[in-house]
Amino acid sequence: MTAEPIITIRKLTNRFGKTAVHEDLDLDVFRGEVLGVVGASGSGKSVLLRTIVGLQQPQAGQITVLGTDVLTADPAQLHAVQNRWGVMFQDGALFSSLTVRDNVAAPMRERMGIDAKTRTALADLRIAMVGLPPSAGDLFPSDLSGGMRKRAGLARALSLDPEILFLDEPTAGLDPIGASEFDALITALQKALGLTVFLVTHDLDTLHATCDRIAVLAERKVLVTGTMAEMAHVDQPWVHAYFHGPRAHAAQPTTGTD
Amino acid sequence: MTQGAPAPEALALQGPVTLASLAATRALLDKDGAGRALDLSEVTVLDTAGAWLLASRQMAAAAQGSAFAVAGATAAQALLLQTVTDALSAAGPSAVPRRLHHHAGDTLADLGKAVTGMAIGIAESLGFLGLVMARIGRTLLHPSRLRLTALIHHMHQAGLNAVPIVALMGFLIGVVLAFQGASQLRQFGAEVFVVDLIAISILRELGILLTAIIVAGRSASAFTAAIGSMMMREEVDAMRVLGLDPVELLVLPRVLALVILLPVLGFIANVAGLVGGGFMAWVELGISPGMFRTQLLNNTDVSQLLIGLIKAPVFAVIIGVVGCHHGMQVKGDTESLGARTSRSVVEAIFLVIVVDALFSIFFAVWGI
Repeated sequence: MTAEPIITIRKLTNRFGKTAVHEDLDLDVFRGEVLGVVGASGSGKSVLLRTIVGLQQPQAGQITVLGTDVLTADPAQLHAVQNRWGVMFQDGALFSSLTVRDNVAAPMRERMGIDAKTRTALADLRIAMVGLPPSAGDLFPSDLSGGMRKRAGLARALSLDPEILFLDEPTAGLDPIGASEFDALITALQKALGLTVFLVTHDLDTLHATCDRIAVLAERKVLVTGTMAEMAHVDQPWVHAYFHGPRAHAAQPTTGTD
Repeated sequence: MTQGAPAPEALALQGPVTLASLAATRALLDKDGAGRALDLSEVTVLDTAGAWLLASRQMAAAAQGSAFAVAGATAAQALLLQTVTDALSAAGPSAVPRRLHHHAGDTLADLGKAVTGMAIGIAESLGFLGLVMARIGRTLLHPSRLRLTALIHHMHQAGLNAVPIVALMGFLIGVVLAFQGASQLRQFGAEVFVVDLIAISILRELGILLTAIIVAGRSASAFTAAIGSMMMREEVDAMRVLGLDPVELLVLPRVLALVILLPVLGFIANVAGLVGGGFMAWVELGISPGMFRTQLLNNTDVSQLLIGLIKAPVFAVIIGVVGCHHGMQVKGDTESLGARTSRSVVEAIFLVIVVDALFSIFFAVWGI
């Protein structure tokens, strides 16, 4: 693993009213890795993701993404960084008034000003890369099944060829077969496109299948980080319960994570 | 094409071949690239868009029998090229353009659809009105079924919170009527009749009609949006499978809240209108408040007020039922929520005005 941090979070504090979600949270994400973020419900995984991409203003702390301090950057700098990351929301968050193809092409149109023909061709390419049938491009989001919506959301997140991909619960709500196909898709795309992936998940199978490193959020900070194998030896009660529970045993990998 | 020619030396691409530099790379390939092998060893960054450009050129050339090689790619770039090539072959030929032509029959078909849609819409609305009436009847027989908390909540939202805007609107209407009436009546020296003009027009018609229009804009849209988002989040379905009646839980409190409070709002608008008219008559015509009061009590019967207010519950039912019915028809997507919300407001205001006209004809025929 190269040791170049691509996202650096220092002393991050997020509070909603009197409840602190994060307090002095530190985290590094390194280039080219798949980092899985796990934690109990309400431990602030999604809040962390939303804070990094700028949807949530923290009370204190510093977040550096690709060398830019995203909390203090001026709009132009922020725009430059935004072009270099892609975000996939939990249910795809596709624009309901646009077809799937227009959804995927929208970032290229709005951010890069690419001509229509190239846009369409590139959008069709992304749609094929995420494993959707070519006919899906003409459908509207309301016509898609949950799994297809997630794939379309992934295609849109990949639209600008990002260096960092943020995924919020990519496999939640998918059937086990669909979920493992999605895991394989993320792994394949990550390898082919050289992505850094920040992945928020509950899904142990996804952790086994895709993640190089895991960060556990608990007690308002990142409690431990490490590989899947290292997680097995952590004594903290929640971590232990998570990685040794009945579901964890069912999800034991048949081959070791690499 | 350069078939049969000895293989020219490879074209060396340089720097980034990415989405941002797509146009430049394409121009370079168009100018110089035909049939030549590509050398990527000096390419610093290759992204999907760049890979797409190279791969699609390669596939097009291969289809024409003049395949060219790509050399010098790093392992990662080669993997990317392979992935893109695979995806391109999976995507097949580019999508068929959407049909945009207009056919002669389309207009007729659209007209037919609109007419049947309207007929079905009217029938459904009547059915929904009947359903709501039946539920109101059942609630009257079993008052304990009424959701009191929800009723009070909606009375607060749709009634109490509308008081300031309704009062302001009434005041300004009174001012306008006094002002316009004064300038006309002064020509005949009949300024004092401005009091009758204000009183009758506001009490009979304008106070309640404009209140209903404001409430339709405020509350019909709020009802549609609230119930519509519950439909989208499957909350209404959840009620149904729990054996709860969404009409009783969601629609009745809203409709009843309006039925109870629209007359009150109308009354507030009436009072504010008289105050505004009286104020303007005082300032503009020098009719003192005492004179205004005497003239008002002598010439305007309380029946004028009742004729106005008796329409209020009917308007309330229209606004509530239209707003809730459109909310219940929202489908899964956000688009339909917006469309339904705007339609519910337009329809509610339109029906209020139509029914007001019917009331006018009715009162005129009966000579009230």
